[in-house]
Amino acid sequence: MTQSKETTEKSLDPAIQQMIAKAGAQNITTIWDRYAAMTPQCGFGDTGLCCRHCLQGPCRIDPFGEGPKVGICGASADVMVARGLDRAIAAGTAAHSGHAKHLAHTLKKMAQGKAEAYSIKEPGKLRAVAARLGINTEGRQDQEITLDVANAALADFHEKDTPVLWAATVVNPERVKILSKLNLVPKGIDHEVSEIMHRTLYGVDADPVNLLLGGLRCGVADLAGCYMGTDLADILFGIPQPTFSAANLGTLKAGAVNIALHGHNPVLSEVLVSATRLKEEDAKKAGASGINLVGICCTGNEIMMRHGIPSCTHSVSQEMALVTGAVDAMVVDYQCIMPSVVNVAECVGTQIITTMDIAKISGATHVEFSEEAALTKAFEIIDLAIEQFKRRRHKPVEIPAIVTPVVAGFSVEAIVAALAKLDAEQPLRPLIDNIKSGNIRGVCLFAGCNNVKVPQDKNFLQMAKILLKENVLVLATGCGAGALMRHGFMNPANVEALCGDGLKAVLTAIGQANNLGGPLPPVLHMGSCVDNSRAVALTVAVAEYLGVDTQQLPVVASAAEAVSEKAVSIGVYAVAAGLPTHVGVMLPVLGSPLVTEILTDKVKDLTGGYFIVDLDPESAAEKLLAAIDERRRGLGLAC
Amino acid sequence: MTEAKEIFVRLDRCMACHSCEMACAVAHSAGQSLYTAISEKPTPKPRLYVEWVAPDRAVPIVCRHCEDAPCMHACIAGAISRSPAGVVETDADKCIGCWTCVMVCPYGVIGRHLEEHKAYRCDRCPDRETPACVNACPTRALIYQSATGYSRSQRQTASRAMLAGNGG
Repeated sequence: MTQSKETTEKSLDPAIQQMIAKAGAQNITTIWDRYAAMTPQCGFGDTGLCCRHCLQGPCRIDPFGEGPKVGICGASADVMVARGLDRAIAAGTAAHSGHAKHLAHTLKKMAQGKAEAYSIKEPGKLRAVAARLGINTEGRQDQEITLDVANAALADFHEKDTPVLWAATVVNPERVKILSKLNLVPKGIDHEVSEIMHRTLYGVDADPVNLLLGGLRCGVADLAGCYMGTDLADILFGIPQPTFSAANLGTLKAGAVNIALHGHNPVLSEVLVSATRLKEEDAKKAGASGINLVGICCTGNEIMMRHGIPSCTHSVSQEMALVTGAVDAMVVDYQCIMPSVVNVAECVGTQIITTMDIAKISGATHVEFSEEAALTKAFEIIDLAIEQFKRRRHKPVEIPAIVTPVVAGFSVEAIVAALAKLDAEQPLRPLIDNIKSGNIRGVCLFAGCNNVKVPQDKNFLQMAKILLKENVLVLATGCGAGALMRHGFMNPANVEALCGDGLKAVLTAIGQANNLGGPLPPVLHMGSCVDNSRAVALTVAVAEYLGVDTQQLPVVASAAEAVSEKAVSIGVYAVAAGLPTHVGVMLPVLGSPLVTEILTDKVKDLTGGYFIVDLDPESAAEKLLAAIDERRRGLGLAC
Repeated sequence: MTEAKEIFVRLDRCMACHSCEMACAVAHSAGQSLYTAISEKPTPKPRLYVEWVAPDRAVPIVCRHCEDAPCMHACIAGAISRSPAGVVETDADKCIGCWTCVMVCPYGVIGRHLEEHKAYRCDRCPDRETPACVNACPTRALIYQSATGYSRSQRQTASRAMLAGNGG
């Protein structure tokens, strides 16, 4: 099908292009229409030069110098921009750690026997996490250890005598020293979020450097929230292992009850996966071939890497899944769920089912989820989907016949296990030897969202293509992983076409040693957005093996199409961990030359990491390669 | 020749967001992008002004390109002329920065570029179909229309109001 220029400017995904055309023909308003209606966007907001932190405001500073140069309270452009950025970091941190806290409560309820739908799937990880936290494991039952781990997790949220353990125990000792010296070790995750809200209040912190240091510490708290989220999910639901799956809208099935699981937390989606197996018969009685679960956004990543459930679509194109007319229910928890899905659902007849007390949407059906009654609630949700299927079954649907094979689920544990087939004694050695030899030039993590300001997937695809050819090992999480999987970057068959010779040899050697009958996929899927912690864990493990600090490693990160404040806080912890970190859309900081300079340059002197803001994917890839080479030279490795 | 369009202001609509000023400055910058305009030298200047009228009204005010333009008559350097499209223009090469035009303008919408010592004003964005300020206005307080068209739509609105007041 040929696509108009208009649709290719919106998305590079052919399935999405087809649905954009269909939405247009049916007068369904989409995110691209709303974006067009919103442009041009306010320049003051775009540059971070507006402040609504008090009731004397709103204030705005004129970057062209004719109007006000300070806010009513006297806050300069630098202060205004730093305060605004800090609040974005705090919001991102609150979200990731809210997700982790939900898991901690679930873990605790399970240990207390109050949540029978949950169990310990990974006792080995439970004990490993407990040991890392200093919790005694010897001669103790899993249940006792679980209770201690859950309590330790919940204790990490408030200020206490010890620092945040999920921050202090997860990075290498050298990094702890650096962070301690800069006073960047968080005292409590909620404490840091709260402190940002305090210091950015009317008449508190008005030193832009001090504000940014506070933001950095909150970013480290975000790492803790993410790391905790990953740890606890692995304990409850299993450590992801490489698994075959598929991606894109073609994974929907016209004759099945299609349930799209959208949002983030496996606390909900895991139970739905289990409940679905018990409801297949009900679906068949209703005339369906069965129940077809698909994922959207990070829930999609979570269930793909643990169960091989396909990912339907991601991020900016979430409405397009509904436009097919084939989704009977979209079940959501929280984060990245556009309220507009309710409006699209009205046009096509999908049930939007919200489940969380903090995340209701007007016009959606709310089924209040609880861990105590998890399975009952899951059945209730599936029944709603089956009822919707009965209404939908004789109506026409349009499902683009586009499905991409995916191999997903590369947790650190899975990567180490795969490498152990090459060197059982020192599993990291083959990886490091190949970095030293230049077969692997460096490592790049792609993370974050799809932003409507960028043709969907364009930045990810162009950058990944360049980096893979240059033998950079590419990892991906979140909707960055979604972008790359939908375009075949997680299909081992594409290693030949996409990867440079050095990388090709490494991926093939690991694949062969593991009897995969071929190479590993070109890009390794590491999970959801909280699972950026997995990339940090791998980086820390490599640093410790080499006896160097993380800031010395040829490891970089990119949020090439970032949207959420969560991407901002992730970027901040990547910088705090010492990584050059690319952002492919503009951060609202340009109104302050000082803040811009600190983020893109001066912070390097403190943590070793820094931001690279570049909207052009090709030049961004070149800058990341230059950063990798600079670090290789620092380690005395050939470039 | 079709009648030239002018920038009209719907006075009840302005929310004082200043987006028009920002867009104007960017449209008159070398890089044509907000991200580059911010650090450009000489500083790009907005050519329209959102005036605050206490206690709660804001008025975007811009060069009217008067038919009988006082600035054009007053300019002793002969720098100000009217283009075939009806736009009153200042020739920067001829301008000596005496600010006489500033003195006589009844609207106060001629700016002084102190880095360049030249007067500047709205040029109605000759390279754009619609001036940048009009495009930037989120409430459509600024509209770009011929005077005839604007008057007709005002007459229509007024006529409807009269009819409504007269029992439809």
